[in-house]
Order: sequence, then structure tokens, then C-alpha cells
Amino acid sequence: MAYTIKVNGVANHVDVDGDMPLLWVLRDVLGLTGTKYGCGMALCGACTVHLDGVATRSCVMPVAGVGNAAVTTIEAIGATDAGRSIQRAWLDLEVVQCGYCQPGQIMSASALLASNPYPNDSAIDAAMSGNICRCGTYVRVREAIKHAAKRP
Amino acid sequence: MNALSRRVFLQGGVAAGGGLMLGFGLPTLFGDVMAEGPSSFAPDAFIRIGSDGSVTLTMPYVEMGQGTYTSIPMLIAEELEVALSQVRLEHAPPDEKHYANPLMGGVQGTGGSTAIRAVWEPLRQAGATARAMLIAAAAKRWNVDPSSCHAELGEVVHKASARRTTYGALAGDAAQIPVPEKVALKRPEEFKLIGTPAKRLDAPSKVDGTAIFGIDARLPGLKIATLAQSPVFGGRLKSVDDTAAKAVKGVRQIVRLDDAVAVVADHMWAARKGLVALIIQWDDGPHATLSTEDIARDLEKGTLDAGAVAQNVGDVANAMTGAVTKVDANYQVPFLAHAAMEPMNCTVDVRKDGCEIWVGSQVIARAQATAAETTGLPLDKVVVHNHLIGGGFGRRLEIDGVTRAVQIAMHVDGPVKVVWTREEDIQHDMYRPYFFDRFSAGLDAAGMPIAWNHRFAGSSIIARWLPPGFNNGLDPDTIDGAIDLPYDLPNMRVEYLRMEPPGIPTAFWRSVGPSHNVFVVESFMDELATTAKQDPVDYRRVLLDKSPRARAVLLLAAEKAGWGQPLPKDSGRGVSLQFVFGTYMAQVAEVEVSKDGEVRVRRVVCAVDCGSVVNPDTVQAQVEGAVIFGISAALFGEITLKNGRVEQTNFNTYRVLRMNEAPTIEVHIVKSTEPPGGMGEAGTSAIVPAVTNAIFAATGKRLRKLPVDPAELRHA
Repeated sequence: MAYTIKVNGVANHVDVDGDMPLLWVLRDVLGLTGTKYGCGMALCGACTVHLDGVATRSCVMPVAGVGNAAVTTIEAIGATDAGRSIQRAWLDLEVVQCGYCQPGQIMSASALLASNPYPNDSAIDAAMSGNICRCGTYVRVREAIKHAAKRP
Repeated sequence: MNALSRRVFLQGGVAAGGGLMLGFGLPTLFGDVMAEGPSSFAPDAFIRIGSDGSVTLTMPYVEMGQGTYTSIPMLIAEELEVALSQVRLEHAPPDEKHYANPLMGGVQGTGGSTAIRAVWEPLRQAGATARAMLIAAAAKRWNVDPSSCHAELGEVVHKASARRTTYGALAGDAAQIPVPEKVALKRPEEFKLIGTPAKRLDAPSKVDGTAIFGIDARLPGLKIATLAQSPVFGGRLKSVDDTAAKAVKGVRQIVRLDDAVAVVADHMWAARKGLVALIIQWDDGPHATLSTEDIARDLEKGTLDAGAVAQNVGDVANAMTGAVTKVDANYQVPFLAHAAMEPMNCTVDVRKDGCEIWVGSQVIARAQATAAETTGLPLDKVVVHNHLIGGGFGRRLEIDGVTRAVQIAMHVDGPVKVVWTREEDIQHDMYRPYFFDRFSAGLDAAGMPIAWNHRFAGSSIIARWLPPGFNNGLDPDTIDGAIDLPYDLPNMRVEYLRMEPPGIPTAFWRSVGPSHNVFVVESFMDELATTAKQDPVDYRRVLLDKSPRARAVLLLAAEKAGWGQPLPKDSGRGVSLQFVFGTYMAQVAEVEVSKDGEVRVRRVVCAVDCGSVVNPDTVQAQVEGAVIFGISAALFGEITLKNGRVEQTNFNTYRVLRMNEAPTIEVHIVKSTEPPGGMGEAGTSAIVPAVTNAIFAATGKRLRKLPVDPAELRHA
């Protein structure tokens, strides 16, 4: 089946089964490897992308369901206001360790900040608890979101 | 690993053990100079200064989050007098002659919190030597006394005549200067970089998605494979019906191995669908009915026999007869998976004349060796490209994933990336071993320990991973944290029985031997304090007169945590103290236990004395992360076997801590000019007993088996 999906502002034609998760279309077909595979069951958040600005687990999002939604990945999130401040806060506070989960963390945090410019701890918990970090950067993820909120 | 492992491996004369200094001798220097031509020189195998002024560090370690790509270049940059941003990194090729880690028994490895400890002196020496040679070259050119010149920011400066020249312009001449036999290293008060927080060099690429991990390798014509290995360890593949799998769009090939089957496809989704469509018959082999309970029972029985004596101080048996009070307790810790965020993967291209590998490995030379052995190719025909690792924690000290990928790639025309599903990653991990521990202690009239008896049984990783390190029934890792305690114990006996569990492979896991030993030792120490009706901090403090650094971190952690101050109902504080990886650490955890027994760790305070600190921000980050890693294990971590099969599959059944469950973490670093200790793992071993001791303080329930079982903690 052929699908046209708009990723980071570019229309891409892909010929894959409709049940193929967006994650694998991005990584294995389009070569956008910034979006990561972690669990395949929406348990860890490493695969988080935005669909029309909404944080979405691409590992369980069939490509057939994407439709006309604008897909934004880590490669382009820096072009948005929220994404740019989140990325800068991540660098200011030295959030990353191994870095593997961080694209997903940043995508979840950017979506949060875009919809809630001053998130409190419970809003951060709600938005970020689906993103696992085995290096345990949670303390800094939380602080960096608050830091980004302070300095948009 | 601690200082003991250094003694064992180096003084034992393990041949490759002196690897660190190999490149530092004159013959190698001139060998390198000749090979590279006159315009660049190599003061050792680690640094190269180009005629364009570039400073390239051949990096013997791999970055997996611990900040080594920043802290190691800091050592060179400090003494060489260049900005940190001027140092470029190159992965060291597989070459154990030049890049072996002397603290890992001569293996070219990243692990055991050894990196800074292993190169703290040599890399600064190398930087200082290069600086001295560059200054000498400039002085010769200007015909001035070298002592009238100094180096700053990549240039040699002669202040008196206001002349300055770049390192690049001097590199050719410097190569002709005889290597000075001795150079003075900076005094700590002269450090410009060491001890000051530095920005991680790998951070920018990790926030914009451009960082390339092993799993991100891309090649023309690359196929993707995923696999199923025998669900019972030691089982065999009996038969496969692949009719349905072959009909999946994008599936190219089914590869059958003795104990695994792989589906090769155009992309992971097709490979995954193909794998699900396979009808596989396994011969489960000898472990078809194995359960964790069988293993635990065997270990418990094993500890009834005497083990190899790891440490014997005084006369425990005699002291025990004079004890006023006796305390006995048994402990157990479970198998644990690594569950790194980046699932196991390895990309391989096997050709007739060679083999190329793209992987993130903590042991790149071993990755090369297994590929050579598996393919039958000579070692020099195997090229390994190392990558950023999306979480190591010990998993990438093993090469099973490389071996497996090469076995599959040998059946595939062109390059293939073998990606394990999360389920495969968890069910075919190599696990932190199960241990069973038996303690007995005797207390005097004042309640202080006059006899300490500890016997435990479980797997020795070293015996398999580095056989020369296992001697007389002991290895330095398995007993690390059980012996050489910071406490002054007049009579102490520690025995270890190596018992390898059947049907489940074991491996290093973040904080290695201490991941088990610190939990049991610090829990039992807490039990002694309770028996003596004393405060856990005071009780420990009294035993630390001979260990002032340990005493200092204990008291600092207690003070910063507000030890002794009131807490809400159902809450408690617990403390732990350890000296492992060359680092002194104390932690105080505050927990709250709900009526249904759920434990919430609210706050963790850590005091650490790791000697000289290279990058303080990394030290803090490593504690924060290691604490989270340890809490995951304490509260949830457990791999169990039923009918020989691992029961856990994904993050729903192998839970790890999430944002909403994470405590606040405070880290207090003691200023010190002692040699550096390791920091990648210490926080993990320290937090586990701090949490269980806090649970005891909150509930009166002593937990002697991990992970924490909420059912035991339910209360009205």
C-alpha cells in the first residue's frame, strides 16, 4: 500500500503495509534514526514524535493512521519555539547521559511546554512518566523543563 | 574494581596487564613517529598533535553515558594547555597491546568504574610530556631557555620577547626532541579544567537526534533481521515452518541456527511480523523444568558448607564464644536484567575476504576476536566500528550479541543489522547473579560487634570472563564490598562459594560485586544497631575511628539529610556506607510506605569522597543516575525462571523507576586531593540498603530478600 506522510514539513511517499508502525517507517524507510526503538509497546517513550504537535508513541502508531497529520521528529523539533527552549535547557542543565532516550524525552517535554508554558510538578509527572530513562536523568529532566519554562 | 584487583592482576603478571604504559616508552614513540612521518608526533599511543594544530586523543574507552568522552580529554587538555574543545576524539581500534585497561586485567574494556582511575596519572603525564616537548621545540627555534617559555591555549609563549607560536607549527620540530624522562605534573591548585564543571562534549548531538548509536548504523543495501533464541537456555532449534513468514511483505530470508532462528527483511517491521509468523519447535534441553526456586534452594544448601576464605581477621569462632548477644540473618538477592534503553543490536557485513562490524561495545577487541573466530577469518580482516552505547551497565561487556549477529550475517548476502526485540533483550540477557548470604555476629555487652561471620554462594563472573582472575576459589569482584570494610571489626571471617546456576547465564551489572555485597553488609550492620538499640549512624560512627574518610562522608550525609529530625507517619530514614571502586560514599534515603505496602522514595542525600574530582558535574550526574538505577532494582528488579524460561518480557513486567516515582537527590562532594575513585557505579550499590533500612525505620519490617515485596509491608 502506498502512503504519503508529511514528516518535518516534507511529503514522503512510502510503499509499506498499513499496519507498519510509524517508528519503523521513520527509521528504516526514511532514515530518520533520531527517533528510537525501546519497547515496541508504548511503554518507554523512546519513540515519541509529534502528530500535529501532540506527543505520540510512534512504535504503536500504524502508518495508515497518520493521515494528513504533520509528523515532527527530533531532527526538526528545534525549529519550534518550545523545542528550541527545551533543547537549550537540556544543554544548560547537562541532562543527557547515554542519550538514547533523550529524543523521546525532548519530544514529550516540547509538547508539554507548547501546551502548558508553566508546568508544575504534577503536570511534568503526567507528561513525562511515559518516558523511561535507564541512566536516571529524571532529576535533571524535571529541572530542565522548569528552566525552559522560565526562559522561553 | 578496587585496589585489590589491581594487585591481583598486575602483580600476578598477567601478560597484558601493563598495557597502559606500553605506548609511553621511547621505542614506541619513535616507531610511531617513523610511521606517521615527520610532521606529526605521538608522545604515546594516546595523543596525536597534527601540524594543523589538531589534538587527537585516541580514546580507549567508550561513551555510554558516564561522561568519559568529556572527563578523559580533560586530563590531556589540562596538562597540554589546550582548551577542552580543541581535543578531538578517535575511537581506539581493537588493540589490547596498546589500549588494554590495566584495572580490567589487560582487557580493552570500559567498565568497573575504572577509566579515570586507570589513566589519571598516565594521561596527565602524556599531556605534560607533549607540552614539554613543544616548549623545547619553540625554545630551540627562538634560541632561548625553555624555562623562559610557557604554554597556553595551544601556543608556546616567550613572554620576554613577546613571541608566540602555535602547537601546529611546532609539532614537526617537537617530534625530533628527545622525550624527557620526567616531567612535573601540575599541582592541584594550578588546575584550570580538572575540578571545574565541564560541558559534556557529546551533549549537543544527543539533544538534536544526530548522535549515532550502534542501532542507527545505515549502509547501502542494509537488511534488518530480528531473532528468536531458544527460550530455554541450552535448548536447540528442532524445526521451523516458515511458510507464513515468507509470505510477509518485505521478508527476504529465514536463517536457521543451532539454537536460534532469524528473519531477515527490508525493515524491522517485516522482520518482526515474519518472526511472529514462524512456527518454531524447540528442543528445550536439560533445563526444561528449571525454576528460580531450584537455584535459590541449591545456593542456600551450598552455604551450609565452608567456602573459600576471602578474609579472615582475628579469631571469629573464639570471639563468638564470648559474645553477650548473637545475631543471625540470611539474605537473598535476585537475578537482574540490564534493560538498557538501546536494545541489543549489531550490524555485520561478512564478505569472502573480510568482515566489518558496527556496534556499541564495552569490549571492542573481544568483539573483533569473536567475529574472527566465528567466520574463520584472520583477526586483521575484521574491522570493528565502535559506537555510542545507549546504556551499557555491563551488558556490552559481553559479546554474545556480536557472535550471534555474525552467525546470522554469514548466511546473508550483504550487510545485515540484527536488532533484538525488547522481549528478546530481557529474556536473553546475561544476568546479575542470584546470591544467598548467611550472616552471624556476636555483640559485646555494649552491643558492639566482636565477631562478624559472612558466608555466601553464587556465580563468579570473573571465573568465566577473565579466568586468570579467579584463584583459590575467589575473585576480586565477587567479594568486593564484603571484605575490607571501612569498619573496624576485630574478628571477621568472609567465605565465598562459587556456585554457577544451571540454565541461566550471568554477567556484570552496574556496581558489580558491590551490587550484592553492600546491600547485605549494610543491612546486617543495621540489624546489629537495632539489636544493640542504637542509632544506625552512631553505631557505624563508633566503628570508623580508623577510617576518617568513611566517617566524614557518613556524618556529612547524616547532617545534610537532617538525620534524627521528625518525619511524617509511615516514613523513615535509612543510611548506608561503603568503600568500593576507590570511593567513599554514604547515602541517606527517606521513604514513605503506603497502607498497601507501596514504597515511595522521597529524598536521597549522598555524601561522596571520590578523591580528586575531574568533572564535578559528571560526579553529581552519575550519583543521580546510579541512585535511580538502584531504586529500580530495590523496588522492582527481579528476573525469574519458570520451566526454564525467563518470565519477564518488557517494561510492563520488568518495571523500572519512572519520573513520577523519582526522588529528589542531593549530592555533596568532599573536597580532596587523593587519587580519584570510580564514580560510574558507586551510587547504585549504596542506595539499595539505604532504601531497605529506611523501610525498616518506617515499618519495623526488615527486608532480607530483594526486591521489596509490598505484600510484606501492608499495614493498617
